[in-house]
Amino acid sequence: MIAAGCDVGSLTTKAVILNNTRLLGHALIGSSFNPEKSAAEVMEKALAAAHLTMDDIGFCVGTGYGRERIGFVKKTISEISCHAKGAHFLQPSMRTIIDIGGQDCKAIRLDEKGEIVKFMTNDKCASGTGRFLEVMAKLLGLELEELGRISGQTTQPINLAATCTVWAQAEVIMHLNDGMSKADLAAGINEAMAARIAILARSVGIEKDVCMTGGVAKNTGVIQAMEKQLGIPMRRLRVDPQMMGALGAAVFARERMGGR
Amino acid sequence: MFVAGCDVGSLSAKAVIMKDENIIASHVIFARPEPAESARTVMEGALNKACLTMEDISYCVGTGYGRNSISFAQAAESEIACHGKGAQWLKPQVRMVIDIGGQDAKAIRIDETGRVLRYAYNDRCASGTGRFLEVMAGSMGIELNDMGEVSSQAKNPVSLSNQCVVFAETEIISLINAGRDLSDIVGGLHKALSHRVASLARSIELESEITMTGGVAKNQGMFKSLQEALGVKLVCMDTDPQIIGAVGAALMARQAAAENG
Repeated sequence: MIAAGCDVGSLTTKAVILNNTRLLGHALIGSSFNPEKSAAEVMEKALAAAHLTMDDIGFCVGTGYGRERIGFVKKTISEISCHAKGAHFLQPSMRTIIDIGGQDCKAIRLDEKGEIVKFMTNDKCASGTGRFLEVMAKLLGLELEELGRISGQTTQPINLAATCTVWAQAEVIMHLNDGMSKADLAAGINEAMAARIAILARSVGIEKDVCMTGGVAKNTGVIQAMEKQLGIPMRRLRVDPQMMGALGAAVFARERMGGR
Repeated sequence: MFVAGCDVGSLSAKAVIMKDENIIASHVIFARPEPAESARTVMEGALNKACLTMEDISYCVGTGYGRNSISFAQAAESEIACHGKGAQWLKPQVRMVIDIGGQDAKAIRIDETGRVLRYAYNDRCASGTGRFLEVMAGSMGIELNDMGEVSSQAKNPVSLSNQCVVFAETEIISLINAGRDLSDIVGGLHKALSHRVASLARSIELESEITMTGGVAKNQGMFKSLQEALGVKLVCMDTDPQIIGAVGAALMARQAAAENG
């Protein structure tokens, strides 16, 4: 009774293989221009990690922005449902899930059964999405992963006045020319990001427990800034937060096969 | 008596010198890193054209984003008031001014004296300002000033699905890679910006006599597509639309000089 989930996002593609409640294997790759190819490649990696082949998979659910292009899935489900499902599966006390993707941001509120009560999405404006951090990291000459680490070294985060990614870029360039340190700027960037996400999160009504999913949830600077903004702790998940959509898809697949 | 108006914007600086009822000289430069330097340089250019020196100017009003850094101006006025004043003086029938600047966009409703009745303003989101076209021109490798010309060849302007500058940039790169015609892409960019600015203008209700000011108004493609988006024939300025704010500032200088004797 082996189930799988595959999440084809704008920047990364993820796959999870699940046997009942046990995670057998997972994989993550950068998305190529061809969602179909990305999906096949990541699934092969996850299967290899679990020492399985495609024939062992009873049911597979696809999700993410490229979900309609995955050849091997039997059903597709929205990212919103999958992120909620994955987080609730790991931690049934979870009520609010904030998912930050490469090109969007979602806030999802659940009831005690894990059903979605309300959600809000921003995919119109790059600010408050992973793209904002991507643009800023490039500007500072840092890898995306370094942004969180380096911001921990600051004593004084720089306050960015602009919300718009384009204007904030001009502001960061000005500060760099003024000789401000990268750590202070990185911390300011993470705080600006958190401020934007907090608005979206508040609009669904925040209830404890709260967690963050998606790639940006690996940036400890953003997590800490969110905790400061909202005044409540962000629950850490025991599975890579970037895998949450694929994990949720796998949990749906398991339910399809009759598992509870 | 000579008076002057100086408009220091984010991308360009403009100066206008007036004598009685006439504009006798104007000058436009790209903005320098320091607004004070932009102001000095552009005013020198206008003074040279008029064969005057700063001592000949009785009164000067500054406007634009750098208006408080203009050392030689006796007063500073908002761009909104100056664009309203300048447009109405040049074209008395005008009741609405749409000004697209390098970092903002404004819709201004004015009365028959050029006084501002209502206005709407966007400087929060780069999409819907001149920066939108600037960024896109950069990523397409074409000159900002050539965009109007390029779009005139458009047969089937693209419809962009993204509004955000950051997302739209990615979208046009994939359109270029997909082999879409440059003219159709530029035509689509004009359409997108026009729709954005038109909805700003609609938020304060349209008037029938509308004109367009600012550097972007020189782009014929934008002028036409804004007309389409508004469903109104725009009043065309015979004067360089980029200097309207400076003209308004000079008019205010003239008024102030008269009041101060």
